[in-house]
Amino acid sequence: MNLLKLDQVDVGFGKSSIVDDVSFSLEEGDIGCLLGPSGCGKTTLLRSIAGFEPVRRGSIEINNRLVSSPAQLIPPEKRDVGMVFQDFALFPHLTVAENISFGIRKESSSEQNQRVAQLLQHVGLAGYGNRYPHQLSGGQQQRIALARALAPRPRVLLLDEPFSSLDADLRESLATEVRALLKSEGITALLVTHDQQEAFAMADKAGVMYHGRMLQWDTPYELYHEPTHQLVANFIGHGVLLRGTITADQKVFTPLGLLHGDEVPENAEGELVDVLVRPDDIIIDETSERRATIIGKGFRGAHYLYTVALVDGTQIYCMSPSHHQYSMGSEVGLRLNIDHLVLFPSGFCET
Amino acid sequence: MTTATRRKHLSLSGQAIGLLRSYSLPFVAIIICLPLIVVAAAFFVGLLGAEQRETLAHLWQFVIGEYIWHTLVLMIGVGLLVTMMGVSAAWLTTVCDFKGVSWLRWALLLPLAMPAYITAYTYSGMLSFEGPVQSMLRELTGWQFGDYFFPDIRSLTGAVLVLSFVLFPYVYLITRAAFIEQSRAALEAARTLGLSPTQSFWRVALPMARPAIATGVTLALMETLADYGTVQYFGITTFTTGIFRTWYGMNDQIGALQLASILLSAVVVLMVIERISRRQSQYHSAGRSKHSVRPFKLTGIRAALAFIACFIPVLLGFILPALQLLTWSFERLHVWVQPEFIGLIRNSLILAIGASIITVLVALWLCYGKRRIPTPLTRVSINFASLGYAIPGVVIAVGVIVPFAWLDNKLIHFSELFFNVNPGLVLSGTIFALLFAYLVRFLSVSIQTIDSGLSQISRAMDESGEVLGLSSQQILTRIHYPLLKTSLLTATILVFVDVLKELPATLILRPFNFNTLAVRAYELAGDERLAEAGPAALMIVLAGLIPVIFLSRAMQERHNRNNQAAVTPKAEEIYEPVKA
Repeated sequence: MNLLKLDQVDVGFGKSSIVDDVSFSLEEGDIGCLLGPSGCGKTTLLRSIAGFEPVRRGSIEINNRLVSSPAQLIPPEKRDVGMVFQDFALFPHLTVAENISFGIRKESSSEQNQRVAQLLQHVGLAGYGNRYPHQLSGGQQQRIALARALAPRPRVLLLDEPFSSLDADLRESLATEVRALLKSEGITALLVTHDQQEAFAMADKAGVMYHGRMLQWDTPYELYHEPTHQLVANFIGHGVLLRGTITADQKVFTPLGLLHGDEVPENAEGELVDVLVRPDDIIIDETSERRATIIGKGFRGAHYLYTVALVDGTQIYCMSPSHHQYSMGSEVGLRLNIDHLVLFPSGFCET
Repeated sequence: MTTATRRKHLSLSGQAIGLLRSYSLPFVAIIICLPLIVVAAAFFVGLLGAEQRETLAHLWQFVIGEYIWHTLVLMIGVGLLVTMMGVSAAWLTTVCDFKGVSWLRWALLLPLAMPAYITAYTYSGMLSFEGPVQSMLRELTGWQFGDYFFPDIRSLTGAVLVLSFVLFPYVYLITRAAFIEQSRAALEAARTLGLSPTQSFWRVALPMARPAIATGVTLALMETLADYGTVQYFGITTFTTGIFRTWYGMNDQIGALQLASILLSAVVVLMVIERISRRQSQYHSAGRSKHSVRPFKLTGIRAALAFIACFIPVLLGFILPALQLLTWSFERLHVWVQPEFIGLIRNSLILAIGASIITVLVALWLCYGKRRIPTPLTRVSINFASLGYAIPGVVIAVGVIVPFAWLDNKLIHFSELFFNVNPGLVLSGTIFALLFAYLVRFLSVSIQTIDSGLSQISRAMDESGEVLGLSSQQILTRIHYPLLKTSLLTATILVFVDVLKELPATLILRPFNFNTLAVRAYELAGDERLAEAGPAALMIVLAGLIPVIFLSRAMQERHNRNNQAAVTPKAEEIYEPVKA
């Protein structure tokens, strides 16, 4: 069952649309993620789902109830959504326990206490109920913000860049932790982030947004391996687009040589295409006759990310374990390890 | 001289400079605090001597009960009114968008330009029997004198109203800043947790702004305690008028000192409350977001109501009194060119310019001292030197004149003994005492301004100057001076205007026959020649407008900064396509 459904949503002021014709849906219990560079409209979209921004076209349904349309705007407090904010937005004048019970103040006090204790337990902060937000660390505040949003058992939980103000090492462990918590509570959640690692760690489904449009809504795996749009290919992971020409025997001629795969369309001889080449598609192999020169290297811990120039000057990325390193300017051989081709029609201009 | 002895000599002078450096700040701080020490000491000394104890007992028995009662009523009344006026105006102008709101945002600061005593004079004039309000009433109804009841503004209620009209901007200013800095997210979080917009205001926005409101109200109450001109003119006995009466009327210096010490202890209580609420507001602003609250558009009757709610304080606190002053000033055009009036301006300028230069120099010395030697001792010294802002002018004046008169007497005694000349009252009888009192009272204004200016100049800037080969003098002239210029000018102007407005300290400490604009306005009003006080009062108010312009500009900058942050950078600026 679709718990959250957006249909051709358009949000904006005056002539400019901040969110333009976005449709997607989220199954009950799934965690979705809106991914994209700053200013792509993902936060605005999240806020329109929460009810803070009206929609100009299209509709938003939560649990099969129409909550937003040009004619109707159910206020945030009547939508059954929870929200975790980028800066957590804990109420500084209330204790941790009062913060968590803020949304369930109509329940009896014993029920409130029980829920607060249960949630504090879940987020691993049992016994912190009497502290004030300013006495907590960033990671702890983040957990309390999550507990506060979960307390009223919302149908949909919205998270706006929830880990962006935390240290990098805390970010990843907390993302995994939060995913486990959401799954155990069976919460349907939608997350906004510009960090793809966060999206990969959290999401069942993710969408890449650019300039207000949703380019692709898919599983993280598909987004990485089967991008349907150049911009998605660019945004997710490292990679380059190589210009190639389709040959008569259904192969693609590129600076890397002839590539073949089922994805090459038939009867398209002579057409120009862009081929996505990921660093993990290329293996450094001294025995290979395909020669290239190392012109850049970046240490990534377990491996080096090399930039290499092919004979004709084309630059691509490749990865190699870091205990085996090559110096700048040295010549290496490259072997291809491409199991499927990702092709885009050539001549795309970024608009 | 051998090199060895020279080195020893140098190190000795070096030690002296070191000592001077480390102890000059505490020394200055003690001198600045001298009036407070004298007043505080009077309280304890008062308990020792039999004669002093008798004075104190007399005061307690006959007057202090009344002073305390009047002061309490004033503080409760002013506290409630300024909270209502200030908080509602701050909320409406921050959260709502209606026609005229951008004008109201700074117009609500205008009452700060009016000293309370001048507002009191204008209201007395407007509401008096021959004033415009009652005249119109009689014309409309045909009533004669004695036919009708008209409330007397010169009453305790009147004083509460007048002080509130003038002092509410403190609450407005500080509360509005708190509302602006509240993260939009906190209010939105309340909405997603099931609260309506109105409920969010009462349960989230208001409690979060509580420390700021408390700070604003305590500042307004400190001014209420310090007020002399209004309560004196309205004939209300409080501690400030009591000190005057005991000093001049009964010639009882000990009694005046003791009253001052009681007033001082009330101020200390307020200062403690203010410090606590300031500390709390640090926590309360934790987690501020880069987005401010998006204003809620009001139209129709709701916009009109919001406008009226914000306009009434401006009308009562500034427009009406200012109109009355203008009327008086134009009715009495001849006053402007009288030599006496020119003399008043000259005297006021001498005092204001002298005091502002001295104050800024001392503040500069203290602030650089703190920057050079950031020890706990220097920090404490600065804090003590900044106490004056809260101390009523009357208390400072009494605390200045007692030790100065004592020193003068000693000086006269020695001088007659050894040189057979009487130098007169060189300290207590000249503007020296007055300038010192201004220094004590307004030092904190310039310390704050200069300190915040200096904090903009990071240590790294000094160090990069050194690395680039600048001498320490060049660092001052080429890095510090250009960056500090504006703060210095601001500090000078703020003190200048404060001195122009100051009444009670000037009244007590001015040399014989030395009148200023404020003193003359006070005297004329006291003689029921209100209209003639108009030009002098108008000059003070015009000068008072300058800091209001500073404030409104600073407020506008804060507003712009918050709005700017809401503009997200263009996608192209962030997005970095891989090389293809």
